[in-house]
Amino acid sequence: MIGFLLIGILRDKSRSLLPMLVVGVGAMLTVFLHCWLTGIMGDSIELSARFATGHLKVMTRPYAAEAEQMPNELAIIGVGQLMDELSQTAPDMQWVARIRFGALLDVPDSLGETRAQGPVTGWALDLLSPGSSEAQRLNLASALTSGHLPQQAGQALITHDFATRFAVMPGHRITLMGNTMNGSLAFANFEVAGTVRFGSSAVDRGGIFIDLRDAQMAFDMRDAAGEVLGFFPKGFYVDATAQAVQQAFEAQHNNDTDEYAPVMMRLSQQAGMADYLAYANTMGSIMVMVFVLAMSVVLWNAGLLGGLRRYREFGLRLALGESKGHIYRTLLAEAVLVGTLGSTVGTAVGLALAFWMQTVGIDLSEMMPNASLMMPSVARAAITPPAYGIGFIPGLLSMVLGNALSGIGIYKRETARLFNELEV
Amino acid sequence: MPLIELQHLTKQFPTGNGFFTALKDITLSFGEGEFAGLVGPSGSGKTTLLNIIGSLDVPTAGSARVMGQPVGSLTHRQAADLRNHHIGFIFQTYNLLPVYTVYQNVEFALLLQKRNDAQRRTAVCDALEWVGLTDKMHSKPAQLSGGECQRVAIARAMVKRPSIVLADEPSANLDAENSHHILQTMQALNRDLHTTFIFATHDEKVMHYLQRIITLRDGVVENDQWHSPSPHQPPN
Repeated sequence: MIGFLLIGILRDKSRSLLPMLVVGVGAMLTVFLHCWLTGIMGDSIELSARFATGHLKVMTRPYAAEAEQMPNELAIIGVGQLMDELSQTAPDMQWVARIRFGALLDVPDSLGETRAQGPVTGWALDLLSPGSSEAQRLNLASALTSGHLPQQAGQALITHDFATRFAVMPGHRITLMGNTMNGSLAFANFEVAGTVRFGSSAVDRGGIFIDLRDAQMAFDMRDAAGEVLGFFPKGFYVDATAQAVQQAFEAQHNNDTDEYAPVMMRLSQQAGMADYLAYANTMGSIMVMVFVLAMSVVLWNAGLLGGLRRYREFGLRLALGESKGHIYRTLLAEAVLVGTLGSTVGTAVGLALAFWMQTVGIDLSEMMPNASLMMPSVARAAITPPAYGIGFIPGLLSMVLGNALSGIGIYKRETARLFNELEV
Repeated sequence: MPLIELQHLTKQFPTGNGFFTALKDITLSFGEGEFAGLVGPSGSGKTTLLNIIGSLDVPTAGSARVMGQPVGSLTHRQAADLRNHHIGFIFQTYNLLPVYTVYQNVEFALLLQKRNDAQRRTAVCDALEWVGLTDKMHSKPAQLSGGECQRVAIARAMVKRPSIVLADEPSANLDAENSHHILQTMQALNRDLHTTFIFATHDEKVMHYLQRIITLRDGVVENDQWHSPSPHQPPN
């Protein structure tokens, strides 16, 4: 009997190929949209992580209390040793030291006199070490509007808007005026290697990027850094994993009574990120739920129509002596089979598309040259564990429920009425 | 003992503001090996009566016993068992499953009876031989003529060797030549296997072959006459 029904499914394209295609497309769209939304929402968070918060951030206790003011006089001393320790605590993560600073940028004229001055927000990060992924992490190469990335000490990138406002070109000399770690005035000359634009007025208005060692020299911060950021290798923040790393770190430092002892904070614990994460999760869930519901209705109908279309066949099978219960069970078994196969194929295709979108992404930078929000210019999908199963909700569940509903008619109708579907 | 016994059988269908009486106080019985027909105009209750005999419907009043079983009080499963083992159906529009071969269409009823491969093969081959379609067993219904399709339907009805075959307008979609062929086939099966055939028809060609003609009009038996089977005449 099973073989007989399988032959029927295989040969009757309207019972196999068509519903499988509908289910497959539905599951594929659901999986892809889920990954896409997760990626888009996650990318905004990741952008903040890359520029400011990291997935985890280590600071001294007093620095953490005033982190938004970037108080480098409270920076971590002995950052090399701390990074070694972090690499042992969480070897899978990438740990990088950074110094964020506020300073005044002086642009001299040809005689060396001040031609223009303006405040800048600075990022000092490891741009010159071989194997450093910092430039890639901040997507500096793509953000370049002129010149090149720093290739040696003493070179800096400045943001495009600032450069335009003060007529600064790659090759020009600039002077950074700030504070050393000890509160003295600090002056350092840099050559502008290139200009960058991120599409965010908050950064583009006045930003400078220099190598970490240049900043340590300029601000008298040998073996010191304001922050050590930790990043997950897959590039996406996972709060549970971050929590585990944080707990392991705290277990080593909880008894440290030093006023400047390091503390670790997760992304979700920093500057409003908890609210944003909750918002992103809620919005993502709502959008995916709406889509899943819509697809469920479509596939429910497909299952319903598929069942209704076969009332004539059911009438014949009743006439031949098959019981209503057996017909109903075979209808559901077929729905499970078609739903499972369709959902599996659809999920596989959806994941493949999502993987491609996760790897390549779509560059939207040309579509938003004047965007003032801090948002990623490349939209990417993100494959997360729920993506492997979410396609089965509309695919399998709706298909089976649709068929189950249409099949109830087998019981509700008089046998003779079903039989009359045969148009005898 | 009759195979089918109907006593004061009445069947009503609910309508918007009351009931429509399709069958009224029918008392009939059918014995083994009968070749009988229910004739009458459309709406006279032929199909309703066939449905009740086929345990597809239940009487509103009176009783219907088929193979000794009371149709009105059977469960769905018992009714299905009765159809599966004792009743074959032949339809006006053949109702073959288009995706299956002739062999598989005929075999289906035996799958429901859970017979093994060898038993099924023998029974299907016998049934196809009775209707002269052994050479078409691997064809699909779409590759057959109307007459051949109806012969497959006869083989499907007969393959489980039922006691009763109910045929609703079996020749309505066939030309005269094919009608005669299938009626001759059914007559031969009736004679050789002693299967009771009950037709619902208003086709003169069919009536010509019937031993017994029961005329229905407005749900009542107007006439119940026995005839001698006519000699097999070639079609016009």
